Amino acid sequence: MKEFAQLKKNLKNDFRGLKKIKIALLGDTATQFLNQAIRGIGFDHGFDLEILEADFNQIERQVYDPTSELYEFEPEFVILFQSSHKLLGKYNKLKVEEQSSLSFNEMESISSIYIILSEKLKAKVIFLNYSEINDSIFGNFANKTESSFLFQLRKLNFNLMEFASNHPNFYICDLSSIQNQIGKENLFHPSVYINTEMVLSINSLPYVASKILDIINAINGKIKKCVILDLDNTTWGGIIGDDGVENIQIGSLGIGKAFTEFQYWVKKLKNRGIIVAVCSKNTESVAKVPFENHPDMVLRLDDISVFIANWENKADNIRQIQSILNIGFDSMVFLDDNPFERNIVRENIPSICVPELPEDPAEYLEYLYTLNLFETNSFSKEDNERTKLYQIEAQRATVQKKFTNEGDFLKSLNMLSLVESFNKFNTPRVAQLSQRSNQFNLRTVRYNESDIELLCTSKEHATFAFTLEDKFGDNGLICVIILEKRDNQELFIDTWFMSCRVLKRGMENFVLNTIVNFANENNYKKIIGEYIPSSKNEMVENHYLNLGFNQKESFWELAIDKYKSRENEIKIK
Amino acid sequence: MERFEITQKINTIFVDVLDNEDIVITENTIANDVEEWDSLTHIQLVVAIEKYFKIRFTSKEIQSWNDVSEMITCIQEKGI
Repeated sequence: MKEFAQLKKNLKNDFRGLKKIKIALLGDTATQFLNQAIRGIGFDHGFDLEILEADFNQIERQVYDPTSELYEFEPEFVILFQSSHKLLGKYNKLKVEEQSSLSFNEMESISSIYIILSEKLKAKVIFLNYSEINDSIFGNFANKTESSFLFQLRKLNFNLMEFASNHPNFYICDLSSIQNQIGKENLFHPSVYINTEMVLSINSLPYVASKILDIINAINGKIKKCVILDLDNTTWGGIIGDDGVENIQIGSLGIGKAFTEFQYWVKKLKNRGIIVAVCSKNTESVAKVPFENHPDMVLRLDDISVFIANWENKADNIRQIQSILNIGFDSMVFLDDNPFERNIVRENIPSICVPELPEDPAEYLEYLYTLNLFETNSFSKEDNERTKLYQIEAQRATVQKKFTNEGDFLKSLNMLSLVESFNKFNTPRVAQLSQRSNQFNLRTVRYNESDIELLCTSKEHATFAFTLEDKFGDNGLICVIILEKRDNQELFIDTWFMSCRVLKRGMENFVLNTIVNFANENNYKKIIGEYIPSSKNEMVENHYLNLGFNQKESFWELAIDKYKSRENEIKIK
Repeated sequence: MERFEITQKINTIFVDVLDNEDIVITENTIANDVEEWDSLTHIQLVVAIEKYFKIRFTSKEIQSWNDVSEMITCIQEKGI
């Protein structure tokens, strides 16, 4: 973690060309340093964060005054930082009989701030929860006393979690867990607080700024999707080729416990939708033995989407994993105990994340917890089925080899697609795909759940969500189209993104046929497309050209009357 | 530690925190002499000096110094 002084030096760097994001920072204490830390760390993440910092203690004025700087500024994010010290100050002034309602009243006021903000702005709110202060009035008994400050503070933190789970645009930056990690003596510097009204110590600022950036990154689609594991001394203790399956260390005894707990962690990630791959210098059959036969292994072969064990260079093997999964290197994490292998991978694939695992396996987990590698901004039921999807993809790749003619292969898949408008059932997945699709995404406009809900009922838009299944399995919802209806009998393709899992299946043709059918039925004459380049979507640069659109300045046009239905092997479900 | 030595160490901290290689401080230096030294960066300087010498200033001390020499006296009083 960089120190605050280093982040501050970043402010002198050249921010030109970085992605601009507008952020409003509203706090009830002095936030100048936090502001600098956030902008500084933003630079390291490739963002030019333009931060509006309200004078301190102006949260209510900024929110309730419709003419405030906040609304003029139109931020994409509003960071709300109400400190535990101010909360304690409020509590101190309460009459004894009012103390038990502190958390309720605070939650009311936070929720009313959020409602006003979401009515007036299209912004996401990041709320820093409360770091714990135990005023030691009741001692341990505070836990049995609803009117104690500790009871009220913890209750409020819990209420915030409940509130966040019901409001898609309300995010929580977990300040309380930062205090857990670095300790209160590091989070809070009493003499600085007394002199300046700043409640975060200078040493803690990078941790807090980094946690805020984690949320902003996730919302901007910068998330980790895959963890690649080395085996010997990473997944289990010892070397399978030398020690044999009976002698590797795993299970409840001694150092084996560290590896078992590590495997449970990976298993939980897998259940959350993170793809697990293996990249090991081993003979494949030998490396698979523990997964098949060792009674104490937590991870089994069906948890692993891609299993590569050979004696080739690990960087090349990881490139192969990347080509099978079709996700960016920057969404992959490589865990290996061997510094030499880590360096080879880092040097050859700079964008991949390679944590510097501690030497002692006992410390792996605690270290990995602090990195917060797997921040996300959505979680849906399909996430825990992803492993299966990628395993099926590997099977498909094997079958494809048997067909020399691609058309025959596609025909043999018996593909079916369900086409629906957005509805309350597919909304979470549509929103998730909107955050996650980077490569096959024509305009990279991100929509979250509440945006999608609005589109469900919009009269100015037509929406389509496509699933794709075949004889090997169901890919689920994999493509989304949002059309904007324009007056002059034109349809504008506001959004077209697709999961890279279903590339080269003729899905593009099927989707375009669907759009054209809709246009025909509703008397539209023209379809307009646009490609907005991002750092990741070069893949679809010629998308509209390939589909027969004609370029007109920076847009692409397709005339409906001359359109011939495009060939594909997908049937409507 | 000799006062001159402490001044040297503090000078390094000033250069680093205020990110300006040209800063030269003496015992007589006051905040107005150094462009970047304001109430906000003062806190950064205090925290950096605390960290370097592994000491803690009281909240009263932080506000009390009129020039660098008083700061140094305060550091010396903490056994440095």
